[in-house]
Parts: sequence; C-alpha cells; structure tokens
Amino acid sequence: MEMYRSHVLVCAGAGCISSDCKSVQSALREHIEKTGLENEVKVVETGCMGPCDLGPVIMIFPDGVFYRKLKPEDAVEIVNEHLIKGKVVTRLLHRPVGSEERVADFGQLEFFKRQTRIALRNTGIINPESVEEYIARDGYRALGKVLSQMTPQQVIDTVKESGLRGRGGAGFPTGMKWEFTARANGDTKYVVCNADEGDPGAFMDRSILEGDPHSVLEAMAICGYAIRASRGYIYVRAEYPLAVDRLETAINKAREYGLLGENIFGTGFNFDIETRVGAGAFVCGEETALLASIEGQRGEPRPKPPFPAQEGLWGKPTVINNVETWANIPPIILNGAGWFASIGTEKSKGTKVFALAGKVNNTGLVEVPMGTTLREIIFDIGGGIPGGKKFKAVQTGGPSGGCIPEEYLDTPVDYDSLTKLGTIMGSGGMIIVDEDTCMVDLAKFFLEFVQEESCGKCAPCRIGTKRMLEILQRITSGDGRQGDIELLEELSRGIKSSALCGLGQTAPNPVLSTLRYFRHEYEAHINDKKCPAGACQALLTYYINPETCRGCGLCSKECPAGAITGEKKKPHVIDPAKCIKCGSCKQKCKFGSIITV
Amino acid sequence: MKSLEELDKLRDRLQQEMKIRDKDYDVAITVSMGTCGIAAGAREIVKALLEELKQQGLNNVALTQTSCVGLCQHEPLLEVTRGSEKTTYVNVDQEMAKEIVRKHLVEGTIVKDWTAPKK
Repeated sequence: MEMYRSHVLVCAGAGCISSDCKSVQSALREHIEKTGLENEVKVVETGCMGPCDLGPVIMIFPDGVFYRKLKPEDAVEIVNEHLIKGKVVTRLLHRPVGSEERVADFGQLEFFKRQTRIALRNTGIINPESVEEYIARDGYRALGKVLSQMTPQQVIDTVKESGLRGRGGAGFPTGMKWEFTARANGDTKYVVCNADEGDPGAFMDRSILEGDPHSVLEAMAICGYAIRASRGYIYVRAEYPLAVDRLETAINKAREYGLLGENIFGTGFNFDIETRVGAGAFVCGEETALLASIEGQRGEPRPKPPFPAQEGLWGKPTVINNVETWANIPPIILNGAGWFASIGTEKSKGTKVFALAGKVNNTGLVEVPMGTTLREIIFDIGGGIPGGKKFKAVQTGGPSGGCIPEEYLDTPVDYDSLTKLGTIMGSGGMIIVDEDTCMVDLAKFFLEFVQEESCGKCAPCRIGTKRMLEILQRITSGDGRQGDIELLEELSRGIKSSALCGLGQTAPNPVLSTLRYFRHEYEAHINDKKCPAGACQALLTYYINPETCRGCGLCSKECPAGAITGEKKKPHVIDPAKCIKCGSCKQKCKFGSIITV
Repeated sequence: MKSLEELDKLRDRLQQEMKIRDKDYDVAITVSMGTCGIAAGAREIVKALLEELKQQGLNNVALTQTSCVGLCQHEPLLEVTRGSEKTTYVNVDQEMAKEIVRKHLVEGTIVKDWTAPKK
C-alpha cells in the first residue's frame, strides 16, 4: 500500500450502483490521471455509505467532504477545484431537508452525526475487496486475540456478558446459543451464517456483506474456536450477486493470508468457510429450512425442538447467526463485553441497524444505539416525510411485524418495547407510510407476500393465510361483510398458535396490529364502503369539480368506458354507473379538476 | 499469518495509509492553490511535501489545499497548523518544502527565516 495525500471514497453499494456510480468513478479516475494526480490521490471503491437516495455519493478525505447525486460530468470540476485547488464544489454538497445551507463535512450532517456505528464500522469506509484495509482497521485482531489469549469458554462468556441478542429477528441471546452448541454432544459441529435476508425493505445484511465481508468471516472463525467447529457455511441468496462475489473474494484473500484454513495464527486451529447460494425463498431465512436447504433438501422448516444447537446441519450441533449479529462480534472481543453492554437499554445492548424505506426523505441505512426513539430515527436522521405529508405509521419487522402509529413515536426502540406495541424488531426494516397509505391495503400487501412465500408444508400457513388474504381482498374491493373483522381475528389466533414455523406464526401480525391501531379504517371499508386514505381504487367515487373544469375534453377522450360527457368549454360530468374507476382521467386532467372521495 | 504480533506489525504498516480517513490528525499543511500559487509552482510543492511525508513515515499530517490567500507575490505559500499554532511559510521551493517537513514537523522547530517575506 502507498501513501496518498487524498482518498476519494466512491460508494459502490447496490443503491449507488443502480444510480450509475460506476461511470462517475471512471470519470473521476480518468480526470485524475489526465491531471497527473494519480500518485497523490487514490480512488477507493467502498460498500454502502448509507444515504442511498442521494446516490451516487462520494467522500473526499482528509477533509471528509461529502458530495451527492453526482453525474460523470461533475468529475472534472471535483478534480480541478477540490483536488487541485482545495476549493469545495458547493453545488454538489447536500442540503438537508429544512435547512438553508449546504453542508460540506459529512460529520456535520445529522444523518451521520447521530449514528453509532459498530456493525457498520467499516462499511462505506474501506474497500471491501481489500483484506489489507480491513486489517488496517484492526481486522482479524479479535481472532488473533481469542486464539492466542483466550479459552473457548472465555470467548463464550464474553459474548454472553456483552448482552448481544440475535439481530435476525427473534432476539435470542447469542452467547447462550453458542454455549448450548459448545456443550452439545458430538465431535463435529458447524457454524452457519444466515444471509438469507428476505424482509421487504430490509437491506442491512446485504450492505454488510457487500461493504465489510471480512467482519463476518472473522466472527465465524471466532465462534468456530469457541464451539470447536472447523467448518462454516454462509447461506446467501442468489438475488445478492454482488454480496456473493465479494464474499468469495474475501474468503480467498483470507485463505491467502492464512486467516482461514489450517493452523491459523500458528495455533493449530483449523477453520474454513464456504458459501451456499439460496434460490431466494423467504422461508429459507427460517433456520431449520435454511439448514435443510444447505443439505440439498427442500427448503422447508421442521418442528423445534430439537434446536439447531442440538441437531443442526446434518444432524450436528450448529450455531446459526444472522449477518449483523456476526458483524458485532469482533468489536465485542476487542473492546470487551462491558463496553458493548454500556451501549443500549437494559435488556437490549449495543446498536441496531435500520433500513429506512417508504415515505421518508433519507431512505437508507442507519445504525443507532438501542433505545433511540422512533421520532429521532424517522425525523432527525431520516429527515421526516417528503412533500409536507403527515406521518401515519411505521411498519417494523417486515411481514412478521406490525405497524406503530404516531402516538408512539417517542418510544425508545428495543426488542421489548416493540413487542409491547404488538410488533417486533425483526431484522430492522422500517417502512414508513404517510396519510395516503391505506392500512388495510398495507396489511393486504404483507399477506400477499406471506401467501406467496408460504412453503405449504403446514395447513395453517398454507390455507389460513390464503383465507385471510381473500377477506382482505374483498374488504378493499368494497365487498366487505359484517363479521369480517372478527373472522380475521379468529383466523389470526388459530394460525399464530398452530403454524409450524416463524413464518406462519407471525404472518397474521400485520393484520392484528393494523386492527389494533387502525380498526376504524377497516370499519369504514366494510360499513361505509369508503377508504379513508383514498387509496383503494374500488371504493373511490370520481367526480369533476364544475368550478375548475375548463371543458377541454381531454378526460372524455381518455376515458375507456365512455363515462365522461360534456359540451366543449363547459364543465364535464362523470356518469358513476359507467365509471370503472381506473383513474386515467385524473392523470390526464391538467387543472386538477377530477376529485376522488 | 503465524502470530498476533505478525498481524500487528502488518496492521501498523497498513495504518499509515488508512489514517487519512479518520480525520484524526495532529498537523495540517495547507498549500495555497489559487491561480497565482499554481503559476508559481505550488503543484510541485505539494508533490515534494507528499514525497517527504512518505519518506519520514508521517501519518498524522493532513496535506490540503486552499485558494489564494491574498499574498500573491509571496507564492508558493503554505501554512502549517498544529493545534492553535499557525505558521505561514512564504516563497517556498521544493527543497524548502522538504526541509519544513523535516524541521517543523519531525523536529518541531519552526524555520523562522522563511516565515516572513524576504526584504
């Protein structure tokens, strides 16, 4: 490695790649070479920096200037002004929502300032394809430490004392999982990484794999030492090709350096890791289905117990943790259990990565201490709701979770507070919805997802969710019947208590939680045949405001049902009997005269 | 990798290059890079400084640029900032730049003769 006076970090997370960071990067490189700066300035491709909606984004060090929404043509100005003359290119800086001024220093942006990055400590800062950059930031020191200075039991005790709980959803104490597996009978044991991230709107695991793959490899090797396993598997979905690629590169580099393989650190400890690419079935995120899939069986769950700690992969005791959980392990070993336990709340230690999606200004990835309020995450870091709309609810935990309405925005987020509100932490997806979202429709969306992804092994999930979906479909299309709400509740109770795995047991949650907080919306759909949010097409009535209609006739030409009539230059009228509520007239009208109620 | 010591040695070497991303430096050298500075050869000064910083293995120094500071006749011009202490060197050439790194940054003595314009 060489010394440079400036590093230009170009985000190459999947979000920025889709906004074409690659051509920005090559334009920067090209112009840096043209101006003869290639020995002074280094361009580094990193993983996800977090503010995905601002992509392509770059950071320039040593000053830490953050540029956003770049186009290849901006490269010339950045090189000529910033890199040569030291002048910040103001027009390319980010202006936070509600602020008059553009901010140069990334550390001064609320989005970054309020974060505490443990799992994401390297993501967006290092080149994920360079093991050297990982090592420069204390990479593999934790592995070196446990192998040369700690007993397996001490490692387990450290993880237990840290209070780390599983980041995949259920929040089971990680140290206990390790201890159960270590104590289980048998000589052959396995370490598995669950990288089958499937919740709609959650992408923290992908970002860690893409941005800091070595942190997962190191943590798995540490666990291997603690439970006396010599082989690990990473089960990652095929929809994450970049993550698979970078994992493979990382595994090969780690082997080259002798950080995986035989006799690691000269201690006689052997450990190696392989990836297994899943075909993208949501149910394979469930641990027993995932293990079956690694074995080459159908990805279907089985009853627990026995838990994987007793009988896991190929019937052998197995530790299975999620990507984000793994990424927390090396810092815990290096900084101590006490350090980690000092962050967060009483029963939820450390930080949590949240993926902000939906109706929020700063969609992207953020990591905050447990106990941070929803308001701070959504409004201070997330920048609030776009377009001056009103916040309505946030869905946490994906299809297994539930929604939280406005009155609970000041709740400190941890495993237990979310459970109390009728939802779950889940993997950390946060889908924010505004006043235009119909909560019945939202519940229907998740039920559709679950119905599609149900593996079909058990009847409650296969048939029960189908019946629930049918009820939701008829409610949203205006055919809701009296007693539908009660029927939904009854079905939910039945499915929750009798489904085989977590997928089915949690599938009714979106319905139950929207019923808990937005029952009136269900009632309006059923009793009044109205959608209060104005989202369910079938329940809308279209009419033309005679005061603003200019009689241009565009709508009547557009209407496929011939429902609109009127004389030229005089207000037009929609015949409700003919109207099929397709909404095409509303899109066409230039005067906003077509109104829905 | 045969031992933790070996890893630590490697890390220390690699950190030299990576420290720049921590925004955690003790000294900043800021070279004036207005049109006047560039015309007077400031680009070469930056290269010389970087070379010497590498030579000396200094990784706690930020080498940055700024625009014209209004003393165009004294370009190339650079400023060394350590905490609240600021020193401006004027009419710097490549050799002087290297000497400033050795004297001011390594030894800690300000080269007073070069801080004021020559009479």
